[in-house]
Amino acid sequence: MTNVNPTLTNSLLYLDGICVSFDGYKALRGLSLVLAPGEMRAIIGPNGAGKTTMMDIITGKTKPDEGDVYFGGTHDLSTMDEASIAELGIGRKFQKPTVFESHTVEDNILLALKAPRSPLANLFNRTGPEQKTRIEEVLTTTRLKDHRHRLAANLSHGQKQWLEIGMLLAQDPKLLLVDEPVAGMTDAETVTTAELLREIARDHSVVVVEHDMTFVRDLDVKVTVLHEGSVLAEGALDHVSSDPRVIEVYLGR
Amino acid sequence: MTKRLELAAIEPSRSFRSSTQSSAQIISSRLTEALAVFAALVTMIALSLFLSGAVRADEQPSFLSGFTTDKFADTEKAINSLGTSGLPMASAILEALASDRLVFDPETKTLLIRMSEAQVIGAADGQILEDIDVDTLKKVRINNAVRRALDAALGSLTLMSPDPIKRLSAAESAYKTHDPAVLDLLQQAIDKETDAKVKRMQLAAKAAIQALDPQASDADRLSAIEIVKARGDQDALSLLAKVAASSEGSIKTAAESGVTSIRANLALWNNVQNIWYGLSLGSVLLLAAIGLAITFGVMGIINMAHGEMVMIGAYTTYVVQEIIRTKFPALFDYSLLMAVPLAFVVTAIIGMAIERVIIRYLYGRPLETLLATFGLSLVLQQAVRTIFGANNREVGAPSFMAGSFDFGGLVITSGRMWIIVFALMVFGVLQLVLRSTSFGLRMRAVTQNRKMASAMGIDTNRIDALAFGLGSGIAGMAGVALSQIDNVSPNLGQSYIIDSFMVVVFGGVGNLWGTLVGALTLGVANKVLEPFIGAVLGKIVMLIFIIMFIQKRPRGLFALKGRAVEA
Amino acid sequence: MQTSYDLLDRRGIIMLVLLGLFALIVPICALLVPKTSLFFMPPYVVALLGKYLCYALLALALDLVWGYCGILSLGHGAFFALGGYAMGMYLMRQIGTRGVYANAELPDFMVFLNWKELHFTWYGFQHFPYAALMILAVPGLLAFVFGWFAFRSRVTGVYLSIITQAMTYALLLSFFRNDMGFGGNNGLTDFKDILGYSVQSDQTRVALCVLSALALAAGYLLARAIVVSKFGKVLIAIRDAESRTRFLGYRVENFKVIVFTISAMMAGIAGALFVPQVGIINPSEFAPANSIEAVIWVAVGGRGTLVGAALGAILVSFGKTYFTGALPEYWLFALGALFVIVTLFLPKGIIGTLGEMWARHRTSPPKPSDKPSNMPAAAE
Ligand SMILES: Nc1ncnc2c1ncn2[C@@H]1O[C@H](COP(=O)(O)OP(=O)(O)OP(=O)(O)O)[C@@H](O)[C@H]1O
Ligand SMILES: [Mg+2]
Repeated sequence: MTNVNPTLTNSLLYLDGICVSFDGYKALRGLSLVLAPGEMRAIIGPNGAGKTTMMDIITGKTKPDEGDVYFGGTHDLSTMDEASIAELGIGRKFQKPTVFESHTVEDNILLALKAPRSPLANLFNRTGPEQKTRIEEVLTTTRLKDHRHRLAANLSHGQKQWLEIGMLLAQDPKLLLVDEPVAGMTDAETVTTAELLREIARDHSVVVVEHDMTFVRDLDVKVTVLHEGSVLAEGALDHVSSDPRVIEVYLGR
Repeated sequence: MTKRLELAAIEPSRSFRSSTQSSAQIISSRLTEALAVFAALVTMIALSLFLSGAVRADEQPSFLSGFTTDKFADTEKAINSLGTSGLPMASAILEALASDRLVFDPETKTLLIRMSEAQVIGAADGQILEDIDVDTLKKVRINNAVRRALDAALGSLTLMSPDPIKRLSAAESAYKTHDPAVLDLLQQAIDKETDAKVKRMQLAAKAAIQALDPQASDADRLSAIEIVKARGDQDALSLLAKVAASSEGSIKTAAESGVTSIRANLALWNNVQNIWYGLSLGSVLLLAAIGLAITFGVMGIINMAHGEMVMIGAYTTYVVQEIIRTKFPALFDYSLLMAVPLAFVVTAIIGMAIERVIIRYLYGRPLETLLATFGLSLVLQQAVRTIFGANNREVGAPSFMAGSFDFGGLVITSGRMWIIVFALMVFGVLQLVLRSTSFGLRMRAVTQNRKMASAMGIDTNRIDALAFGLGSGIAGMAGVALSQIDNVSPNLGQSYIIDSFMVVVFGGVGNLWGTLVGALTLGVANKVLEPFIGAVLGKIVMLIFIIMFIQKRPRGLFALKGRAVEA
Repeated sequence: MQTSYDLLDRRGIIMLVLLGLFALIVPICALLVPKTSLFFMPPYVVALLGKYLCYALLALALDLVWGYCGILSLGHGAFFALGGYAMGMYLMRQIGTRGVYANAELPDFMVFLNWKELHFTWYGFQHFPYAALMILAVPGLLAFVFGWFAFRSRVTGVYLSIITQAMTYALLLSFFRNDMGFGGNNGLTDFKDILGYSVQSDQTRVALCVLSALALAAGYLLARAIVVSKFGKVLIAIRDAESRTRFLGYRVENFKVIVFTISAMMAGIAGALFVPQVGIINPSEFAPANSIEAVIWVAVGGRGTLVGAALGAILVSFGKTYFTGALPEYWLFALGALFVIVTLFLPKGIIGTLGEMWARHRTSPPKPSDKPSNMPAAAE
């Protein structure tokens, strides 16, 4: 680590040669990916390509067997736990929406809200006016205002998706990892979500995983295609979707 | 549990007993030897005084009168003279004495052997006597000194017995007592001996006597020391220590080097013995845990009533034995063999009923299952208490499980050995069932992905019930084995439940091999620790170890990885 | 079902009022009313009620970790017992020369074991403030150390339950040993006085009973304050989706260890109040079955309700007293059946089920359809 790697230092997220295997099955095989600060990236790829696993690596849920993961050029994510990584400013929306079912919608947002995370701070926390406004904003954006006092458990699948996006917004991270945000949404909602993400991407970095190609087209950003645990192609959507290998393994003829 | 600890505590002490006895025996036999002539004289005089009034006493050899004076010292002398007398009745007399049947007529001083309540025979000639009032006869009394002399005399008598097993044990006792008095007899026996094993033992006995004999030549003593050293047991150790203490020069050095090498050897065997005890404890743990490895490890059900299944298995054994005892006593040796399948069936049926009535409503809620099955365990305990009472029930050991034998320097109790064999058999059969039957395949399918399995047409309800029944049935079979080493009481199961969970968790949930390795490791570790810190502290240390271990490797020794586990 | 986030909700108020009334009535009925009166409360009843209240506090402590944070501790009896032992050691040292061996320094059992000096663990226990500190510190420290390691390595669910059970089992075995210096088998007993008052006297009994009621009230308020704070919301989040909570940046293990420690201290206080009222503490308090029984109290009353835990403890303990007196054979049947029935048919416990019925009753007639119920604070 004596010579400075310019790609590393200029990146927000830097994955290099990541390998992970589960009980012998190689889920990631030498995955490398670099995300510039402020960039939004769409990731596509067939089922089992390793997209979710990649997010697991970034958020500390899974430790890589090999390879480097750096955030902001300096933080080695492979040595940190989930909480510290989240505190660095990496937020995640899960493929299967996971919200706190026995909390109300509002409390879900409150828990995600950017604020000190230490136990003591939380023990003596009073929700201040700015925090309340922020919650209002998020509720408005996600159009959950009417449902604020309902238990998250009782929301529909789509509403839970929105709630999770809302939590991500409330968290206000530097980097958002969004796994299949529009699964289970109507076409109109899909469009809105794309708009919302583009909006967010103005002052955040975002990685979106999606199978919905219209949605990806709407995002209009650089696309990375994963296949069998490594990058198959990278570039503009039109560029990758004309790549015969991508057509072969993913898009179909 | 207490019984388990006790058993373990008692076993090791066995080997020390003989060494403490032998020195006392030497002293007593020396004394008797010196007094033999004097004793004979005294008895002669005493006899002659009574000669006139005696009816039959004149017909019996004079040294037998020593038995009739009602003095321990005389009895002892008489025993010693009898041993070398060559009297055909000698061994019968000694055996009668050993079993409290040697009596004498206080008036006539005739020595008699009581054959039954009303029948006696003359000790000297073995003829049945009818005109004797049995009630007036006095018993020849015995104390420890007499008993020792008796044992030695019996030993020397049997040295020439036609039965090789008796000869062997006589040679062994001669070796242990190394009484110089039997040397001649021993030499005769050696000359006649044809059985190699017996001969080896006799030579060792001779060597033991010679090694201690200051009159023997140095060369003889040195080679004797070598022979004794080669035996390498506790007796050899104390003998050589004695030799070393009572001699000088080359003999002393030889004996001392013998002592060190035997010590090292014994320490080794001692460790092996501890490992054996550990394996034995491990097999008990394995038996108790293996059913749990199915219900908890494979199905994910926290069955707190598991211990009660073990307990019910033990009670099934009790009931089977009771029926056999009262109706078919001849079949007693087969009682456990019958109890095993029966216990399996009984507990499997109970298990399936529990699964159908309670557990199936609680899948996916492990903590609730834990509570419900704990409640169930209370009910089952109380039910057994109400039916059978709170006291311990007696379960006997069939003859093939009784006793013990030596293996090298090991003392192996047959019961324990069979339990190890049984545990491994159960383990093997279970592996087979899970791996190569369609039931095993379907069971694994259901536990890995219930929805998928049912979509593929597997009757998941049936598989659940059968799998739980299997786990419970195995617990029941474990109960049959545990009835042999633990108190059969309503609390039997309780003492195993925590241990069993520890084993399963330690070995790695969902992994039968892990359970095997876990059980044996914990068993051995426990027993190896025990001599240093005692049983209770050993147990505490093991618990703390497991608590810490789980923190290091929350999924156990052989953890499964992957998404299925996280759910 | 809606959770209220006010410090005092309806149930809480009812409970506190009842405890207040209890604290007033017991002294009157036990000390002022003449012995012949219908309202007279005999001393044994006072002691019994005091005991129930201690159990209620233990249940409350358990509910805090189990009901709100999903930590099913099968070893809470250990914290209770440790608090009890700390109090017992204080009481033993108060006996002084009135023991059988009349040794001013050493408790009887040490004299009996031929010990020449006070076991070092006993230093300072003649001073009440020190003992009081230990009542909190010993269970708290054990919980902290245990929790620190367990939660850090993410031991959760049944695994955690099993190792907590192993913990109390190990303690049970340890306290049976004479060398531990805590009276072995027989434990500590034959207490004479506490803070200068005879433990046998009616006044002391009443005072201890009232104190238990106050401790329960205080414990409730503390637990409630924790639960309604944002900290409490994080606890619930951890209970429902532990790893999700981590991805939000919360250090789950720290939250857990804190609440576990607080809970253990509450259990310790319960044990400390328990011992002078029953007059004995011995290793059997560490028995795993005791801890599991405490779990059933919480389950019966309703986990995650606090009030329910206390109610469950009192009801079940009362049932136990009744059954073991009237039908001793059947107590275990009843208790066992209770476990099964509650988990199968009353998963929310008494209070939880009542609360649900109440909520349905309130919301169904006026509001026709899916309009969500009102502000939680207003609804309750
Ligand atoms: N914890 C795990 N244990 C075992 N296998 C895993 C684990 N996580 C991922 N895998 C395996 O790794 C491979 C990649 O999975 P991943 O979830 O990353 O795919 P994906 O690209 O997100 O697919 P999808 O589009 O279906 O969401 C799959 O074969 C999966 O089974
Ligand atoms: Mg995925």
